[in-house]
Amino acid sequence: MLEVEQLSKRYGDRLAVNAISFTIAAGETVGLLGPNGAGKTTAIALISGIARADSGHVSLGGVRVRQGANELKRRVGLVPQDPALYDELSAWANLQLFGGLYGLRADALRARAEDALALVGLAGRRHERVKTFSGGMKRRLNIAGALLHDPDLMLLDEPTVGVDPQSRNAIFENLEALKRRGKTLLYTTHYMEEAERLCDRVLILDRGQILANDSVANLVRQYRNLEGAFMQLTGRALRDGADT
Amino acid sequence: MNGTAILALIRTDIRLYLTDRRAVVVGVLVPILIAAFFGYVFGGTGRNEESGKIPIAVVDEDRSTVTRAITADLAADKLLQVTALDRAAAHEQVKAGRQNAAAVFPKGFGEQTTRALFDGRDKPQVELLVDPSQSTGARVIEGLLAQYAMQEVSKEAFNGALGRKAIDGYLADLDREPSTRTRADLTALLRSARKLSDARDTATQGESASGAGRGFGLSIPYTVAPMEVTARASAPYNGYAHSFAGMAVQFILFAGIDAGVLLLLTRQRGIWLRLRSAPLTRSEFMLARALATTLISLFQFTLIYLAAAVVFKVRIEGSWTGFIGVAIAFCLLNAAFGLMLATLGRSAPTTRGFASMATLLLVMVGGAWVPAFVFPRWLQAASLYSPTRWAVDGLDGATWRGLPFSSAVLPIIVLVGTAAACLTVALWRFRWEE
Ligand SMILES: Nc1ncnc2c1ncn2[C@@H]1O[C@H](COP(=O)(O)OP(=O)(O)OP(=O)(O)O)[C@@H](O)[C@H]1O
Ligand SMILES: [Mg+2]
Repeated sequence: MLEVEQLSKRYGDRLAVNAISFTIAAGETVGLLGPNGAGKTTAIALISGIARADSGHVSLGGVRVRQGANELKRRVGLVPQDPALYDELSAWANLQLFGGLYGLRADALRARAEDALALVGLAGRRHERVKTFSGGMKRRLNIAGALLHDPDLMLLDEPTVGVDPQSRNAIFENLEALKRRGKTLLYTTHYMEEAERLCDRVLILDRGQILANDSVANLVRQYRNLEGAFMQLTGRALRDGADT
Repeated sequence: MNGTAILALIRTDIRLYLTDRRAVVVGVLVPILIAAFFGYVFGGTGRNEESGKIPIAVVDEDRSTVTRAITADLAADKLLQVTALDRAAAHEQVKAGRQNAAAVFPKGFGEQTTRALFDGRDKPQVELLVDPSQSTGARVIEGLLAQYAMQEVSKEAFNGALGRKAIDGYLADLDREPSTRTRADLTALLRSARKLSDARDTATQGESASGAGRGFGLSIPYTVAPMEVTARASAPYNGYAHSFAGMAVQFILFAGIDAGVLLLLTRQRGIWLRLRSAPLTRSEFMLARALATTLISLFQFTLIYLAAAVVFKVRIEGSWTGFIGVAIAFCLLNAAFGLMLATLGRSAPTTRGFASMATLLLVMVGGAWVPAFVFPRWLQAASLYSPTRWAVDGLDGATWRGLPFSSAVLPIIVLVGTAAACLTVALWRFRWEE
């Protein structure tokens, strides 16, 4: 389904993503794990086409796609790390925009928006302004916005960060429902238990490089649990700002 | 071209605009209030007479029949509001701005002027103390003073006691000159004038010797009937028509800046990533922005002119097509201007600051506050480089000047041309992918 070859991105003299390669099969849920600054968001940006890679390629369904090409964007649903919503508008108006951007017309758009809102449990709040929503509700609406055009591949960048256990659980159930529908998910997090619960396979990324690419079962067998694998592979040093 | 996406973006922009009630109020109500004020100050609907009597002080140190009569004439004039003061008080009041000017008739004015009328020598001086900020008023006073002085002095010369004294003096002077043909003619003329004056004097004995009873004098042999050359004879100049054009232009430009700054802010928010992750091209995105701002500007424009029409009786005396054409062209320019700002600007506050300053300057020079026709010549010429001047002129033309469509063509071309230039800069510099 998705094939990433030797993808690199440099910001100034810092290599945010350093020649990463991996594949994801259709219907698979893959966790992209890594400490802060590992390059997770950058990798997602390169795959979704909103940032240009310095080198490397992305293929979708066996076909190489030009960087930033619209045919790629139509098949990908991006859930950005920070909720990307117009706070001043209602949930419904936000979805109208996102659906419209993918060329959905009135009736189809209405049906898809109803469906997405039901999935994330916000159907009753559709006419309220987003700024009255809690952090967890915003994150769920953020996910709903990426579902409207029925993408094959969903890229979710830390969809559960900063929410309470209840919301987190609700989001989890949303993701499991998507998985059951056969969506392919690439999902970044630094919560190991989330990855253990949801993912078929994990990629551990640090300093722009992939250190492990294996099934959850294999990693648990090898390192006792995922947390152990993560800490052993990425080391104990603090990352943010202090790294090279 | 992804029409659905463009429509979705436009609808979102309009929704965002309408949710910000404060922006809507500021963008529509404030220009209406300011235009109402400027319109009232600069002539209103042209029908109210009581406005604008020019305050003037008269200092009569002569107290002769002549100066008293001139003072009475000035006081009767409907353009003036006359106060009699002494020199010190008049000086104070002009300085304080309470009088536009003060005319001082010095001692001996009546006698000297009557004499100078015949021999042209030793003309006395009327001191005119002028408030330098009110030069128009001072010029009106100077004109009226000349008119009434000529009338009263000549009246005195041919009818009054001072006149007879002056004629006698002049005749005595003539007697001392060598005898010529001219001297003889002049002497004869003056003698008849003297005789006429004597006869009238005996006839009016016993009557009051003041004011209108003093007989004939020279006066300006014509009167002036000012006719305002506007759209129709029955449609007088409407000061509101101009002020609404100016304020609509100014506040729509401000809204254009807001739209540009909003785009700048959007770039710094998460939503920007989301927009760029959608299958949308740069030109589709910019087209949507430009159209949305154009529509919002037209909405503002319509509301402002609706108030102008309903409350202040501003009428399209000229071409409707011209009016709509100029309005659309200006709103396009505004949208392009906002986009250009968003591409060139870095931080929101500095962009807003610089753009507001530039707009105020363009708007002021463009004649939105004070009509460009009161500008000095060089500034009038310079202001033609400001697109706001063309917008205001175009709107003026279609409203109170009542001009045909042909005279809206050049403003439309200039506005659309400038819009195209701004859009080119925006397209060239706009960073869509990073
Ligand atoms: N626009 C940018 N300009 C410069 N450097 C950047 C930019 N975006 C990311 N970086 C740098 O690239 C590296 C990877 O950042 P990235 O955001 O991809 O990490 P991350 O794994 O998503 O971190 P986090 O868990 O904190 O979200 C970091 O060192 C970061 O400072
Ligand atoms: Mg990140």
